Amino acid sequence: MTNKTFHTTETAWCPGCGNYDIVNTLAGVLDDMRFKPSELLLVGGIGQAAKLNQYVNANGFSGLHGRALPAAVAAKMVNESLTVIVNTGDGDSYGEGGNHFLHNIRRNVDITHFAHDNQIYGLTKGQTSPTSDSCSVDRTGACNLSKPFQPLLIALAAGATFAARTFSGNREHMAKVMKAAIRHKGYALVDILQPCVSFNKVNTFGYYKEHTYELEGDYDATDLETALLRSMEYGPKIPIGIFYQVEKPTYHQQRPAIYDGTPMIDKQLSQDTLQTFLNKFA
Amino acid sequence: MNICIGGAAGDGIETMAGILEKTLQRSGYYVYSMRDFMSRIRGGHNFAQIRFDSEPVKAHIDALDILIAYDNRTYDEHQKRLKPDGLLLCDPQLGVSDSRTLPIKLKTLAKESGSARTIGVVCIGALVKLLGLDLRTAETVLRETLPEKLLDMNLTAVQKGFDSVEQKQTLASPNVKGQLLLTGAEAMSLGALAGGLRFYSAYPMSPSTSLLNFFAAHAEEFGLTVEQAEDEIAAINMALGASYAGAKAMVGTSGGGFSLMVEGLGLAGIAELPVVIVDVQRPGPATGLPTRTEQSDLLFACFASQGEFPRMVITVRDHPDAFYQTARALQLAQKYQIPVLLLSDQYLADSAAIVAPPDIGKAVQSVSPLKQDEGGAEAYLRYAFTDSGVSPMRVPGKTDALVRSDSDEHTEEGTITESAEVRVQMVDKRARKLELLAGELLEPAYTGAEDPDVLLVGFGTTTNAVAEAVIRLNKHGVSIGALAFGDVYPLPTKELRNYWGKAKAVYSVEQNATAQLNKLIRMETNLSCTDSILKYDGRQLSVDDILHGLAAFGIGGEVPA
Repeated sequence: MTNKTFHTTETAWCPGCGNYDIVNTLAGVLDDMRFKPSELLLVGGIGQAAKLNQYVNANGFSGLHGRALPAAVAAKMVNESLTVIVNTGDGDSYGEGGNHFLHNIRRNVDITHFAHDNQIYGLTKGQTSPTSDSCSVDRTGACNLSKPFQPLLIALAAGATFAARTFSGNREHMAKVMKAAIRHKGYALVDILQPCVSFNKVNTFGYYKEHTYELEGDYDATDLETALLRSMEYGPKIPIGIFYQVEKPTYHQQRPAIYDGTPMIDKQLSQDTLQTFLNKFA
Repeated sequence: MNICIGGAAGDGIETMAGILEKTLQRSGYYVYSMRDFMSRIRGGHNFAQIRFDSEPVKAHIDALDILIAYDNRTYDEHQKRLKPDGLLLCDPQLGVSDSRTLPIKLKTLAKESGSARTIGVVCIGALVKLLGLDLRTAETVLRETLPEKLLDMNLTAVQKGFDSVEQKQTLASPNVKGQLLLTGAEAMSLGALAGGLRFYSAYPMSPSTSLLNFFAAHAEEFGLTVEQAEDEIAAINMALGASYAGAKAMVGTSGGGFSLMVEGLGLAGIAELPVVIVDVQRPGPATGLPTRTEQSDLLFACFASQGEFPRMVITVRDHPDAFYQTARALQLAQKYQIPVLLLSDQYLADSAAIVAPPDIGKAVQSVSPLKQDEGGAEAYLRYAFTDSGVSPMRVPGKTDALVRSDSDEHTEEGTITESAEVRVQMVDKRARKLELLAGELLEPAYTGAEDPDVLLVGFGTTTNAVAEAVIRLNKHGVSIGALAFGDVYPLPTKELRNYWGKAKAVYSVEQNATAQLNKLIRMETNLSCTDSILKYDGRQLSVDDILHGLAAFGIGGEVPA
């Protein structure tokens, strides 16, 4: 790793895995943004991508497969002083956790979600994932007859206020998008294309390098219709960049009577208030 | 006095019963009120049963003094329970031929008052007169309960009802003052607030939804995070995220939702995250009987989840218990960093009772704080190996120490490990918490003869009905006693062994089909009941059911009230 503050050593990833680029870039971004490790909460579910929080010097919560988002948003709800970042895979984010993905977009809690999307199940050794290409062949030799899940299109349809895609092999681009996502007030999704060197022999580093291109310099990220159209562009050419970003009231901002800036965990209900309330039942 | 009010869903039984309970409370009586509802919004048959007395009443009985029938079905279903000298209040239009009938033109009087929907309030007016209560009390309750625009017609209706009958009774009033009227769900919610609740998440599910409704309604007033989750899996994982971040967290559901939460229960176990899980039981499996009652999740609560970890299961016995045990559960979860399961059921959640005002201070102090052992290391270790098994828990972001939680087996730092040695140390560390927890267990409450020939064992919400049956039998000269468990897992066994040694026969009284408490006792103590009194039709065991059940074993027989 490149910087000391967020530096840790050993990982359980395969040599050449796209996750190295992601964790190294993220560590650099966190350092650039001058976070203290104790201010950060990195949350993961289960899978190779979800192990990222184990390798970064910060608070870490490794929950259940598919369940990173509920734990992450609730931690933020009760302690808004934490910067909460979810790192977890495509199976965790869009498969097992699909329902949480849909509904946490609607909540718009101020967290960042980096979905490491390698279009394959790595830790269980090569099954198709929600984002696998149709007719891709998994390790059992079966053709994937399901249509690929479209994270950005679905996020936008559900009302996401920040939706972006980047590629782990383009570290400069990834760092820029990560920073914007972390700064964004509200739920921010970044779908990060990354190669799985062990099991995905089609969507390789070379494949993504050849097919991805950056959204144009004059692209208007505040126009939902354009964002919806461009998010459907996925084939020979795969656009990367911030597809959509708007400011909408966050979960906390929508409830000013409850969230006044002091984190929930620092407030207590007084016994007097409760006693007064009890008297209403007399 | 025992009054039953029945009609179809949508007839306003719930509203009417609420106003009547409050009127009786304000008139100075002890009240115990239960609900029997179908899982539908309109039609069918619903009823409320309100028992009141100058002596404390803590359970329901079968025999009725007054039956108020909005429809013929109510008469058909309940007339057998109406005493020979009881009173049937109904509209003459029902065409019921019964010598106990006191016909009142309910529908006409309601329409004259301004709306057919005031029929319940006409009944209240009639009851107030019949029972010799003060009409002004009922009027005050109406003013407090109803919106302004509906008030005039209801005040007219209560007067018309009052004028339609002659006074039949002059009841002694104990003039009970300063007591609270609480449903089981309200008592539990208030107990949670006393226990320091900061976060509540749930997915609506009968009969637990009243908890979610309560917390959502008062979230701003009490400054709580209350979140309706997209499913129960989200609810429990949210609660665990909130708990990790430093908030006392609770979820509420019924058996089906708890089934979905089970993997999260295991996460609380291995990651040592304090959480309280309330299971307001209903008959299962799967959808079962959604609006009815049962105690059939006992063994499921004790053993749910793969793997092994300490947990505690508390069954809630009555309204005061619902308050104190919920407050205690939150504190025990926090102290031992374990999941605590609270078992309630539809019967308790939806029934209302007069209770002494709960003591908030007592609830808060019911669990002594633990002197935290940091494990002797220089750096902070979330899962430090300590003698007590309880490791230091810090709030992330509050200090420079980093807090790591992991659903994988982990090191003292909280990072993944597959070390055989650490695995065994970690399992043992978690299990050690049970040694201290054993000192927290509350023995079952005993009612009855000092050296009983017959011992009953029960748990949770059958407690007060069992106790009332025992007291009646004792008065009748039967040597009988009952142990009522609140804490069930780990199972406290001291009093159990004590009384078991004295009794010639032991019967478990349970609201399930497979005698689950009996099984648990056998598993933990090698003691086995002589037989069991079981009910699993979705309706709560009454005092009479218990007496009949014992009579079938040759104990007691016909016992006067």
